Amino acid sequence: MQTLSLTVNGRRIERSVEPRLLLSDFLRHDVELTGTHVGCEHGVCGACTVLVDGEAVRSCLMFAVQAEAARVDTVESLGSEHALHPLQEAFRDAHALQCGFCTPGMLMTLVPFLRDHPSPGELEIRHALSGNLCRCTGYANIVKAVALAAERMREAGAAPGAAE
Amino acid sequence: MTRLVGQPVKRNEDARLLTGRAQFVDDVHLPGMLHAAFLRSEHAHARLRAVDLSRARQRPGVIAAFAADDLGDYWAPGPLLVPPPPIPDLVFRHAPQVPLARGKLRYVGEPIAVVIAESRYVAEDALADIIVDAEPLPAVVQLEAALAPDAPRIHEQLDSNVAAHALQTTGSYAKARAKAHRVIKRRFHYDRGASAAIENRGVVAAWDASAEEMTIWDTTQAPIPIRNGLAAMLGLPESQVRVIAPFVGGGFGPKIMMFYPEEVVIPWAARAIGRPVKWIEDRRENFTATTQERSQIHDAEIALAKDGRILGVHDVFLHDTGAYDPYGLTVPINSQCTLLGPYKVPNYSSEFTAVFTNTPIVTPVRGAGRQHGVFVMERLLDLAARELGIDRLEIRRRNFIRPGEFPYDHKIIFQDFKPLVYDSGNYEPALAKASALIGYDRFVREEQPRARSEGRQLGIGVVAYVEGTGIGPYEGARVTVEPSGRVRLATGVGTQGQGHFTSFAQIVADQLGVGPDEVHVVTGDTRTFSWGTGTFASRGAVVAGSACHAAAAAVREKAIAKTAELLGVKPKHVSIGGGRVYLERDPSKGFTLGELAQKANPLRGGVTPGTEPGLEATKYFGPERGSTANGVHAMIVEVDRETAQVEIKRYVVVHDCGTQLNPMIVEGQIHGGVAFGIGNAFYEQLVFDDGGQLLNASFMDYLLPTALDVPAIELGHVETPSPLNPLGTKGVGEAGAIPTGALFAQAVENALAGTGVEITEIPLSPSRLFTLIADSRRVGPVPAAAPSARGRALCLEGTYDFGGSPGDVYALLLDPRVLASVMPGTKRLDRNGDRYDGVLDVGIGPVSAAEFALEVVVADQIVGEQYAMRIEARGKLGFVSGTARVRLASNGAGTRMSYSAELQVGGTIAAVGQRMLDSVSKAMSAQALKALERSLRARGAASTPTGAAS
Ligand code: FES
Ligand code: FES
Repeated sequence: MQTLSLTVNGRRIERSVEPRLLLSDFLRHDVELTGTHVGCEHGVCGACTVLVDGEAVRSCLMFAVQAEAARVDTVESLGSEHALHPLQEAFRDAHALQCGFCTPGMLMTLVPFLRDHPSPGELEIRHALSGNLCRCTGYANIVKAVALAAERMREAGAAPGAAE
Repeated sequence: MTRLVGQPVKRNEDARLLTGRAQFVDDVHLPGMLHAAFLRSEHAHARLRAVDLSRARQRPGVIAAFAADDLGDYWAPGPLLVPPPPIPDLVFRHAPQVPLARGKLRYVGEPIAVVIAESRYVAEDALADIIVDAEPLPAVVQLEAALAPDAPRIHEQLDSNVAAHALQTTGSYAKARAKAHRVIKRRFHYDRGASAAIENRGVVAAWDASAEEMTIWDTTQAPIPIRNGLAAMLGLPESQVRVIAPFVGGGFGPKIMMFYPEEVVIPWAARAIGRPVKWIEDRRENFTATTQERSQIHDAEIALAKDGRILGVHDVFLHDTGAYDPYGLTVPINSQCTLLGPYKVPNYSSEFTAVFTNTPIVTPVRGAGRQHGVFVMERLLDLAARELGIDRLEIRRRNFIRPGEFPYDHKIIFQDFKPLVYDSGNYEPALAKASALIGYDRFVREEQPRARSEGRQLGIGVVAYVEGTGIGPYEGARVTVEPSGRVRLATGVGTQGQGHFTSFAQIVADQLGVGPDEVHVVTGDTRTFSWGTGTFASRGAVVAGSACHAAAAAVREKAIAKTAELLGVKPKHVSIGGGRVYLERDPSKGFTLGELAQKANPLRGGVTPGTEPGLEATKYFGPERGSTANGVHAMIVEVDRETAQVEIKRYVVVHDCGTQLNPMIVEGQIHGGVAFGIGNAFYEQLVFDDGGQLLNASFMDYLLPTALDVPAIELGHVETPSPLNPLGTKGVGEAGAIPTGALFAQAVENALAGTGVEITEIPLSPSRLFTLIADSRRVGPVPAAAPSARGRALCLEGTYDFGGSPGDVYALLLDPRVLASVMPGTKRLDRNGDRYDGVLDVGIGPVSAAEFALEVVVADQIVGEQYAMRIEARGKLGFVSGTARVRLASNGAGTRMSYSAELQVGGTIAAVGQRMLDSVSKAMSAQALKALERSLRARGAASTPTGAAS
């Protein structure tokens, strides 16, 4: 067992964990943040994507102990059911999810992408998504949702007095 | 009031899913919960002699371990889910799958034992402690080989590997053929793949001993049948078993299968131990433990009149059913029936043989055998068009069933046991619309020739299909208005992403005059609703949707009657809307739905005899037969003749699914279906070697289409409402995936027109297409399709030049100390005459290193010249076995060593995939050879490495 202290969604957490515990399992089972999903456990599907110090990371490819002192953000850190994040809102408006299992990973991949690419083109969006597998949607509506979110976030950012 | 049905209403379920608050099975956490892991067969075919769990049971953290014998009377073969349809002279032999293997292992991945421990990590550790005594038997993998008279028998109680045989005919093909102007015959291969839902399967079971109640969370598409079956197995009343299918992360067919071994074993274990138990499948398990859909080989023939009219079709095919056949004949019957498509085929003869093989079980996957049939028919029509000099669209048009001919009876039996009768359809407009949307005429006239002249290979494809959807038997729904005014809808079908929470809410909201978000939908919990069959065959929206409609209409009637009674008016003067029921000419007189619910449930006083309390109704719907959806897909591709890469430039879908409940959801289903179909056509294939080992059991080697591979899809709709249900709707869930293979083949072939490339197989891949193109450049016939040609798992070959004499090198190569120092991961290596025993640590790619026990016997030795090694290595990650040969010859200055090895690889290390295996083994041999050279040098001999592992 090894002690681990880190920040998850703004909350400081200290636990003692087995060194071999995956970050994905730590978040899901120890911290009980089950929004982060696991689809392959070998780094391909992207369902387990979370932010580690602001960057998208596959939590199934990291041991929890490697996140020592890091800031981890999961899908639960975005909007709430009644106050969705603009990206979540756009996903709903564009019907970019069906079973919704891949969705948390998609969102967490896209948050830093949109931060770095405020007005992405379609191909750029498709490239950004290409590391996340979705078996339900055929991706077209996800691409639409990202463009829509980017547009709305730009407008909100440009609007005087807008938050963030 | 605007009708909600038909509107693109946003989904009720999305907020929960988007915020990570929707509960999937793996999200269920219960106090005291234990975790299970299954030990699975690494042999495709073996006699299972003994399973020793004693060491596993002693591992700290392990609570229990069970093999077949530990289940006692609970161990029983599974049921036959779908009995064979009443086709005359049909042969069907049921070989049910079992909860844990006993006596025999029949496919790689078949569960042998389960370990239950405090954590999944410990449970998996303990799998390595289990000792299995199994005697490998020759595996049966290829369909035709399985039918050879001397083929090893998979089920000893049967006299061959034939699982079923069925012949369906209409008219007389022989007579049609005799009259035909032209007869075209080909052999077609169609292989499918994994369903690959991003969520794997999972089961959580909790036993409440004081209430004698079992609760099970299951990633199933059929919670009610699971509840009924498990109650019987566990010897509990159905009311004491609750099955919840919470949010399910994609179904696509295999999650309708029952009863998976894990589904049977986990609830039993939870009761035996008295603590909740969770099992979650991992991706590698999913590739063999979850059912899949696979190969068919068709020998098909079409007889044509001069004008392109179909006189008859004759088809004989083999269908792979895998190691067991619990799902009956749904898949091959779908192939048989769907082949007919939107066409009139007056004389049809279709005969199939289903075959057992030592591979995972085959059950329906999105499309469920329909794509196989569509592929054969559409390819035959393409060939016919070419040979008769008729345009591809025109030959289809000439054979369509006309609008006046519905209902149209094909006079054969469909998977729902009913005659294959199409309820409605209008094919011509769909074809015209698709051809206009994609610009067929202009493409063929201008764009294609222009591209050709620029040296670019552009091609177009247009295919049509019909899909039987929305079959029976029935579904039910209960609609309740609560005193708060909130409307509750309960139905038995679960949801795997089809948006049932929303489309059902729309149907009910329309009847009751409320907003769709005011209808609270509960699906997939047997406590809430316990009659029904499940979400399959594109039937959820059709059958359960119709039941929702009926129940809501009944509640509406009740509300109106009650209001009329209270206001003392005739019901026809009462209206409903805005959450109220009121007098039409004076809307201020009336009640809210909530008030009516209260009044309908009086606590004191009397009621009119016969009155049912509450504003509630339960209704059922069972269609007379399935409704037929249809459509046309069209696509333009560009093929690079040098690299065989295919780029999809445009993709058009025109679809008739009757009345659309929610066009946004319908479009989403089609997008997803097409992506599925594109995967099937060009990216996905399950590759088994001759030993029945799946060689690509990971997302690294089994490729799912990504956002870069699926094009934007242009949609057009034609609506022919179905007369078979009150909503007029038809199923849509599978349609997108059905014609894609046929379309892909036609478009690619068209792009390569003139080269002689003929495509008779799916899936293609860039490398397969490359071979077809290369072969077409040579003269002579194109060799048979590839899917059946499977290679050895691992072949190594190479030469290496050493500086020393052959004698020195020979001695070095057989010195255990030297070998131990050069072979990566060697922990121990001892020599005993011609035998070496050792232990090494091997890990490959995502699979972390584990111990292998190694046994090598050296033979055929000629000192200083050659020897052979019989190698056996086995460990918790699988096995490697085979023979290696080494030859030494003087090459002037030193010695040239040539080596070759042919190894069978099984278990986890095989599943990581050929690519990974090849590169790791090459890297390991290169590393070993370099180290050998160093030790040779250390012994005083100089070496000149000129060769390398190749
Ligand atoms: S679960 Fe981590 S990438 Fe698939
Ligand atoms: S929505 Fe189901 S996997 Fe993406």
